[in-house]
Amino acid sequence: MVLLTRKIEFSASHLYHNPNLSAEENRQIFGKCNNPHGHGHNYTLEVTVAGEPHPVTGMVLDLKELKEILEREVMQRMDHRHLNYEVPELAGQIPTCENIARVIWNLLEPRITRGKLHRVRLYESPDLFADCYRTGANGAGK
Amino acid sequence: MNSALKIELGRRYRFAASHRLHSPHLSEDENFRVFGKCNNPHGHGHNYVLEVSFSGGIDPATGMIVNLSDLDAFVQRQVLDEFDHRSLNDDVAAFRGKVPTTENLCMEIFRRLKTFHHATLERIHIEETGKNSFEYAGDHLEGDRT
Repeated sequence: MVLLTRKIEFSASHLYHNPNLSAEENRQIFGKCNNPHGHGHNYTLEVTVAGEPHPVTGMVLDLKELKEILEREVMQRMDHRHLNYEVPELAGQIPTCENIARVIWNLLEPRITRGKLHRVRLYESPDLFADCYRTGANGAGK
Repeated sequence: MNSALKIELGRRYRFAASHRLHSPHLSEDENFRVFGKCNNPHGHGHNYVLEVSFSGGIDPATGMIVNLSDLDAFVQRQVLDEFDHRSLNDDVAAFRGKVPTTENLCMEIFRRLKTFHHATLERIHIEETGKNSFEYAGDHLEGDRT
């Protein structure tokens, strides 16, 4: 099995606010991320696909195909968007790194038909990231 | 797919510390042969980059596996306050009589961080320099030197 990783970057704004909590609780839990006008990040997404190289092309999957999937599923949805208001898949969820990574996993997994989605790593900054992967019988594990 | 989706939160911290690789069980010549310039009696230092990975359920109320302010305060208290701008040999009790290689540093920091209550420590990764990094996941030691 070979792992192949493609990296993309997108910029988006968000804020952390739970309408079921009081203003004071929101401030206490989320701190400056609770600023009502939001703030933004340059996100870096690393998508890793696992598989056997095709005997003729030598590829696990065509990087062009992966690039198009990422453009359609991630860039068009999230790049230069407000994650709280413009991404339906995140509606009702706090757009933390963990939740965004999970949403991206769920968007990509059914689209990757050559090889198998192995890991999604989303950096909100160089010092903060979330990993998403499958464990167990059908999972790639770690 | 009937396998479970797992989410981890990764966070990087930095600290600068000095160390000297020297074993009291070896002679001076042997120490120099084994550790080379890392055996220089006055020590030397590194800018360490510590990467920690925690897993757990995402709290639906916060969207988080762990609140970063809790995690940052914990790592500050458990590691950075005691290691940053210190001599690992002289200022950290765990390295009295133990060579402060980054392998041993990984194991010591893992021991300290696994007591975090809010999430499960999966592994830690330490860059001693941009070229040398080490990883420890508790049961077994995985190191890579590139």
